[in-house]
Amino acid sequence: MIQTISINNSKTVLIISSLFLSVMLFACGGDDAGENSQLASKKSSEITIDGSSTVFPVTQAVAEEFRKEHPDVQIPVGISGTGGGFKRFTVGETDISNASRAIKPEEAEQAGSNGINFIELRVAWDGISVVASKSNDFVDCLTTEELKLIWDAGSTVDNWNQIRADFPDKKIRLYGPDTDSGTFDYFTDAINGEEDRSRSDYTASADDNTLVQGIAGDGGSIGYFGYAYYVENSDKLKLLAVDSGSGCVLPDIGTINDGTYSPLSRSMFIYANTASIDRPEVKDFLEFFMNEGGTLAEEVGYVALSAADYQSNIELINAQ
Amino acid sequence: MSINSAQGPRGKSKRFDLIRTWRDRIFFIGFLLAILIGVAGLAALLIDVLVDGLGFLNWKFLTNYASRKPLESGILAPMAGTVWVVGLTAIFTVPVGIGTAIYLEEFAKKNRLTRLVELNISNLAGVPSVIYGLLGLAVFVQFLFNGSRNLTAGALTMTLLILPIVIIASQEAIKAVPSSYRDAAYAMGATRWQVVKTVVMPQAVPGMMSGIILALSRAVGESAPILIISSLVWVTFVPTSPDSKFTVLPLQIFTWVSQPQEDFRSIAAAGIIVLLLILLGMNAVAIWIRNKYQVRSE
Repeated sequence: MIQTISINNSKTVLIISSLFLSVMLFACGGDDAGENSQLASKKSSEITIDGSSTVFPVTQAVAEEFRKEHPDVQIPVGISGTGGGFKRFTVGETDISNASRAIKPEEAEQAGSNGINFIELRVAWDGISVVASKSNDFVDCLTTEELKLIWDAGSTVDNWNQIRADFPDKKIRLYGPDTDSGTFDYFTDAINGEEDRSRSDYTASADDNTLVQGIAGDGGSIGYFGYAYYVENSDKLKLLAVDSGSGCVLPDIGTINDGTYSPLSRSMFIYANTASIDRPEVKDFLEFFMNEGGTLAEEVGYVALSAADYQSNIELINAQ
Repeated sequence: MSINSAQGPRGKSKRFDLIRTWRDRIFFIGFLLAILIGVAGLAALLIDVLVDGLGFLNWKFLTNYASRKPLESGILAPMAGTVWVVGLTAIFTVPVGIGTAIYLEEFAKKNRLTRLVELNISNLAGVPSVIYGLLGLAVFVQFLFNGSRNLTAGALTMTLLILPIVIIASQEAIKAVPSSYRDAAYAMGATRWQVVKTVVMPQAVPGMMSGIILALSRAVGESAPILIISSLVWVTFVPTSPDSKFTVLPLQIFTWVSQPQEDFRSIAAAGIIVLLLILLGMNAVAIWIRNKYQVRSE
């Protein structure tokens, strides 16, 4: 009996002591590791980017191509959202912030009070697309007033014939991004006249693919999301034209780029900390972004700016 | 008369037997359905994931970094990040968790204060993980590491998340040790530490270990706190030290699922398979440890 206890005893002591030992080792090793990685960061440079998940695919594509030429530069990209990204950017935690809207005055103020100067670079266009199910055969175009009638706060529209008299007597079901989304902010501002002003009794999801599935499988549905999600699912969805007073316009690369798809064309931005631009790798990256960003933006489903716009961005970068 | 009176109760008990048997069958079918719902759901999920992802699971997928092109995408960085986070979390959690459980069960007096502590621990086990993420962001990232969103901050956050589970599991393991064992040791003049060391721990280790590994499995699957702490979803390096930036598997899967291109969903399914394999591996280790120590202690 005593013998078995002593065997177990030594095992247990071994386990406990090895655990504590590893903690101690870790605690001691922490400082060394810190120094090592500081050395490492001097050798291989890093550009930190965070912000909008809408702009993320463009930045990721550019960073991926940039690293093929500069494999020693690490570019981790985060998706804290436009607002979350600016929170980090305005305290100097990140070099570049992705944004699906322009910086707000209070965010710019915040940056100023922390001694952060920045430049705004427009990098691509997106057209928020209004879509219905492929099986919907009665609607091709909606006016902005009709969209507002459907989506405005307090709207009680629940049947297509309430929107236009010649629409059939069919239940309407609504799908859209949730309130955290930059797409929601932009759409509500453009259509309902005020950011975040929207009816709330619709199927909301942060995942646009959920919206795609919902709309595709529902003959009476209507919804909206970024153009890239329509392009990838054009076999299941029917794209609706939007009439803002000068005729029905379908979003496509041409109408989004020249702004005739209005008011749902929006810009996507990156913001760069001017202090970071002093570092050659950040400057190289930004110039690379302006040279290649247009092509890569179209590859991931967005619309490129005009060549002149990218050129003036490069001049802005070089002026820093 | 005597025959009738004998038949009466027997007939009654026959009817009663019939009802009993039927009741038994109904409940058998009911309980069977209950488990089938769970198993069928799990099977559907597994089959769906395997069908979608198995074709994309290859060596390149395990050794490449994430890419905007689904077919060139890999999960090296998030896989390494997950291993780091789990390893560090285990180092932080095990001594504190087991220590707390031993203190509460073997050393602390059962008074109002310890009851309050235990009540708080059970409550903490039910707090949504995203809350721990926000706490970790404020305490570890902003305060302790001065804005650096590193592996240690992620692991410490995960430690807070799973510590209550580890403590409760360890307490249960300690409680399961018969008190007659302790009494026998005390009767021989052992001190409290000797009792813990020689009597309680050898019996409780298997239970503790399975609790710890199941808790760590939960940490492997969490994405919400890491999204807040790290926020990174495109990382092209393997973390080399505890103060490295990082991402984890669930976060990478989450990002892939929300991409517009269809192929990314298959890549996400392949990522889920890897995550499941890691979880199965960890559970296997838990079972192995339990069996090994159970044999030893008998």
